Amino acid sequence: MFLGIELPQIVLSAIYFALTLGVVLLMALFLVWWERKVSAHIQVRFGPMMTGKWHGWSQTLADALKLLQKEDIVPRAADKGVYFWAPVIVFGATMMTFVVIPWSPRFIAADLNVGILYIIAITTFTIISLLMAGWGSNNKYSLLGGMRSAAQIVSYEVPLTLSIMGVVLLAQSLSMQDIVADQNKFWNWNIIRQPLGFLVYLVAATAEVNRTPFDLPEAEQELVAGFNVEYSGMKFAMFFLAEFVNMFVVAAIATALFLGGWWGPFGNESLGWLWFVLKSMGVVFVLMWFRWTYPRLRVDHLMEFAWKWLLPLAFLNLLATGLIYNLVK
Amino acid sequence: MLDKYLTVAVFLFGTVGFVLVTLFVAKLLRPARPSEIKLQNYECGESPVGSSWVQFNVRFYIFALLFVIFDVETVFIFPWAVVYDTLGWFGFIEMTIFLAILIYGLVYAWKKGVLKWV
Repeated sequence: MFLGIELPQIVLSAIYFALTLGVVLLMALFLVWWERKVSAHIQVRFGPMMTGKWHGWSQTLADALKLLQKEDIVPRAADKGVYFWAPVIVFGATMMTFVVIPWSPRFIAADLNVGILYIIAITTFTIISLLMAGWGSNNKYSLLGGMRSAAQIVSYEVPLTLSIMGVVLLAQSLSMQDIVADQNKFWNWNIIRQPLGFLVYLVAATAEVNRTPFDLPEAEQELVAGFNVEYSGMKFAMFFLAEFVNMFVVAAIATALFLGGWWGPFGNESLGWLWFVLKSMGVVFVLMWFRWTYPRLRVDHLMEFAWKWLLPLAFLNLLATGLIYNLVK
Repeated sequence: MLDKYLTVAVFLFGTVGFVLVTLFVAKLLRPARPSEIKLQNYECGESPVGSSWVQFNVRFYIFALLFVIFDVETVFIFPWAVVYDTLGWFGFIEMTIFLAILIYGLVYAWKKGVLKWV
């Protein structure tokens, strides 16, 4: 069903895909501009002001057009196939997660019954693409960046998955819509019922998208740009796009799992998508705030934090959730 | 049920198609003037020394191994969490024992100094 018209599944899916792609591209343009504005204001400067008159609103549009015309330089020593497919996979893995993002009670591309497990499985492909980019470029900086990001993402994946488990336990379902529907009152939001889980998720998710204070993989002062040193033109744009869209994805998952998804303070369910986007943008803002406030961690601190702090905390959270669930039942 | 995965397939082919078309359009628009120097790998302005496809430090593999252990374990916890309501105290005690073994493994790795990034 789409707007009350019965359509074959494949046409419906295509409509959902086209809508999602449009929203995602617009959002990426907006997020890049917003990040530059936020960073500028935190550092007491203006950021883009010229392009498009009003606060440089069309700056990223101009950037995208410029990148489209840039020469694509493939290093002779690169492994051509691996080098070519890395940006395709990184953007593909990001877009695929949008299948189960619950924008509103009725607007979800496909409410898979393994929803959250599907997201965890799909986002793992990002690691593969970063490794491919690092290895395929045959560049020492890329390789170091790729290996570092793989080690980092893999380490933070474990506490991330465990922190989600508490939410699954409370909702008794893996489907995204069931998990959101379960948080029907403000005091039922999982940020209230699972404060520790939310904290672990937020920290681990920041590390998953390679953002400061966890941006070791691209640490520009030591690795130039990490895994994407050798990429130029549109292929570089794909990595850049995926990075910003990924930031929105983890924010949207945080919204759906912990912040009540499309439930809002007032209005009926037709306003659901508005609350969902507002909350997600709020989480995105927090991620940007992190980036422009904290310094980068040292690599050994980063790895030990995941295994010695976040993982025991996630275990504790899961067992405590199970215990309290049985006690109040 | 399975028709929901048709949507997943549409997203998969749609996204890959979108990226390939974008790259192709960029290929039509952009200049292509490769030169010997331009095609060298970037290494701070010097000619690259040797290949970068070399052996890695073993610590990466140790963390990969740890990841496999703990990620496979989450696969067991997922179905447990979904049916937790019907399992009740039996489920809680069972999972406590399972997690205790895993946490013991983590403590063992910690004591052995494996978690240290050197």
